[in-house]
Amino acid sequence: MAEAKTEKDAAPILPVAPGPHIEAARTTRAVMLDVLIALAPAIGMGLYVFRGYAAMQIGVCVVSCVAFETIWQAARGRRQTVGDLSAAVTGLILALSIPWTAPWYVGVIGSGVAILVAKMFFGGLGSNIFNPAMAGRAFLQACFAGEMTTYVLAGQGLPSQGPPGAVQAAVKAGAEVITQATPLAAGKFEQAAFALRHLAVGNVNGSIGETSAIACLLGGLYLIVRRSASWRVPVGMLAAAGVVAAIHQLADPDAALKVGHHLLGGAMLFGAFFIATDPATSPISNRGLWIYAVGIGVLVMLIRLFANVPEGVMYAVLVMNMTVPLIDRLTVPRPVGGPAPEAKPA
Amino acid sequence: MSVGQIPGTGRFARGIHPDDKKSISAAVGVEVLPTPESILIPMVQHIGAPCAPAVKPRVEVRLGDVIGDAEAFVSAPVHATVDGTTAAATMTTLPNGRHVAAVPIKPAEQQSVGTEGLWEAVYGGDWPTSGLEGRAPEEIVQAVRAGGLVGMGGAAFPTHVKLTRNEKRPVDTLLINGCECEPYLTSDYRLMLEAPAPIVTGALLAASAAGAERIIIGIEDNKPDAVESMRRAAAPAGVEVAAVETRYPMGGERQLVLAVLGREVPTGGLPLDVGVVVVNVATSAAIARAVLRGKPLTHRIVSVTGEGVAAPKNLLVPIGASYADLIAACGGLTESAGRVIAGGPMMGFALANLNVPVTKGTSGVVVLTAEQVRRAEETACIRCGRCVDACPLGLVPTKMALASRHKDWETARRYHVTACCECGCCAYVCPAKIPLVQLMRMGKAMLPKP
Repeated sequence: MAEAKTEKDAAPILPVAPGPHIEAARTTRAVMLDVLIALAPAIGMGLYVFRGYAAMQIGVCVVSCVAFETIWQAARGRRQTVGDLSAAVTGLILALSIPWTAPWYVGVIGSGVAILVAKMFFGGLGSNIFNPAMAGRAFLQACFAGEMTTYVLAGQGLPSQGPPGAVQAAVKAGAEVITQATPLAAGKFEQAAFALRHLAVGNVNGSIGETSAIACLLGGLYLIVRRSASWRVPVGMLAAAGVVAAIHQLADPDAALKVGHHLLGGAMLFGAFFIATDPATSPISNRGLWIYAVGIGVLVMLIRLFANVPEGVMYAVLVMNMTVPLIDRLTVPRPVGGPAPEAKPA
Repeated sequence: MSVGQIPGTGRFARGIHPDDKKSISAAVGVEVLPTPESILIPMVQHIGAPCAPAVKPRVEVRLGDVIGDAEAFVSAPVHATVDGTTAAATMTTLPNGRHVAAVPIKPAEQQSVGTEGLWEAVYGGDWPTSGLEGRAPEEIVQAVRAGGLVGMGGAAFPTHVKLTRNEKRPVDTLLINGCECEPYLTSDYRLMLEAPAPIVTGALLAASAAGAERIIIGIEDNKPDAVESMRRAAAPAGVEVAAVETRYPMGGERQLVLAVLGREVPTGGLPLDVGVVVVNVATSAAIARAVLRGKPLTHRIVSVTGEGVAAPKNLLVPIGASYADLIAACGGLTESAGRVIAGGPMMGFALANLNVPVTKGTSGVVVLTAEQVRRAEETACIRCGRCVDACPLGLVPTKMALASRHKDWETARRYHVTACCECGCCAYVCPAKIPLVQLMRMGKAMLPKP
């Protein structure tokens, strides 16, 4: 600040800016960092169950996402935005939602679709309609159906270290693998139910991040306490899914998967706390968030029960993402004191 | 009287709770500013029609003489705040950016009321709490107008307009606003501690003029000693005191009416629409002075505070003294000073030039250090919703602000942009550091007529 004196003849030069002149200390980067910290238990559990392979997959996806965003911004002549950590978060969530066995090019292509198509084409952070990680994963599910549904636990005869593609190579060479259906697939296609405690702790098969309910819950609660995710989304989603699952259990008492399996198994908790809570792709008003969350919860269960696939979180989120602009338009909150006199009705 | 006896809950939803920083200047007793070397009286110190100068240049004037007046109903005269000699009218720029005419006065060597006697002259003496019923409401309103009284909480709305009765909109309650919810400011606080009596007298007169049956003084509960001081002064007069939750912006009249009385002031309307009149404590004291002693508004308490001023103080200053005078009386700016704000840090205006006059609505000068002021680098809105959770009026700031930026007037209107009161809660919490208030101000100004 120049000339900080107050002689009236030599007026000091003071920089000005519009108010408010004080601020709370949070930045966008801090919010993203909170998400990374909250994912730590899920990452930890994934590493425990899937060992080094999980680390490879996470590394491939995070590096790819950051690289794609950096290249895009440079090509467009814009300043770099990877410092806000949102690309890293997308990479991490993508990695945690796919099986570790998917080869490296699957992670790279998924990251490309997530960052370039679902995020940057739409205008970058905050302007996207679809959850980038889920959009990437949907593309992969369509193009690499086999790689995306190979759920394998490391076992005898498998290389204990090596890049994810090594598993396919080992399988082709005739090594024995222990394939084990994920809990939801087992319930749907084999009518076999895992004990709930396994689902809670997470030593079951599945995508890297979804296996442990406790890890997801711990991370999710951290996010809510830090107010980096809205509590309305997991509460609404889990309540709605629970209600539908309960109705199904009452209607079909012999089904293998009970309410507990649905809530603790598959990507339900991971989705509730880390995917559905993505702020850019969820409604802005509180009433809108409830509608969105209930919609996801109901859709997940409908897909799980009636569609040909055992897991429905990804599609449920993407479908509800599509409805967010409409939800926003229909849930403009009423101001204290009533609508402004010239406000047009929605 | 405890909060349980007011119709409202004593709180309102959302809002923010910043560190109140009152301890910097709260304990400093009011000091009188030494008579400045020059005084500049702006012709506009209020919402409403500007005054026209009522004196010629190079004329001797006395403290309290009318310097400018206007014919319009929504206006208030301005007066000389020292004995001295006028000069030719010039222009000055008020902190909100408005260029207005102003009459300079060169103070005389000898003042009829010197600095030693000023406090006593303004706030001392006897302030009765009974025997005031005899005055006709029109008489009170006339005296308030003649005294040039405007809202001293910052909005500067002409007080006589507020107190004028309107059969279509009867008033049942008068709220006296002692909340001072902006961080750092302690001028109303010190007034409540050091001169509670004229506040109560003024409240009784204002209620009599407006026709209110009930008088409640609302004070934030981070000022328990002020609550106590006002309770003692108000008890013999039957005036109630309510300690409300400390939350910004409790001092905003919509929030105060909601918290104390549980009534929602209609958007685009006034507290009058729900039968309430809200008056600031300093204005209330000025009402007592104008009606009972015929003295116009010439002086006010200004808190000069913040981490960027050497010796923070609460000063009793003549209106028209410059910000430079006030800061000099407080030891000047520190090395680390980065921004001088006229008003509080949430809704105040940054000053580029300190040689501008203090006006009737100036409640404080806050000097922040360069490290403290709000960051300028903006990033993308991630729709995190913190602004929605902070807005005391239940609006969606990000939608209104970004629509204004992109001139999407349909969206701005759909989200009720004209309801925004520019309190700043949204911009305070925004992690992307988007200038939400500035964008909404711009949107409101540029909104085409429907």
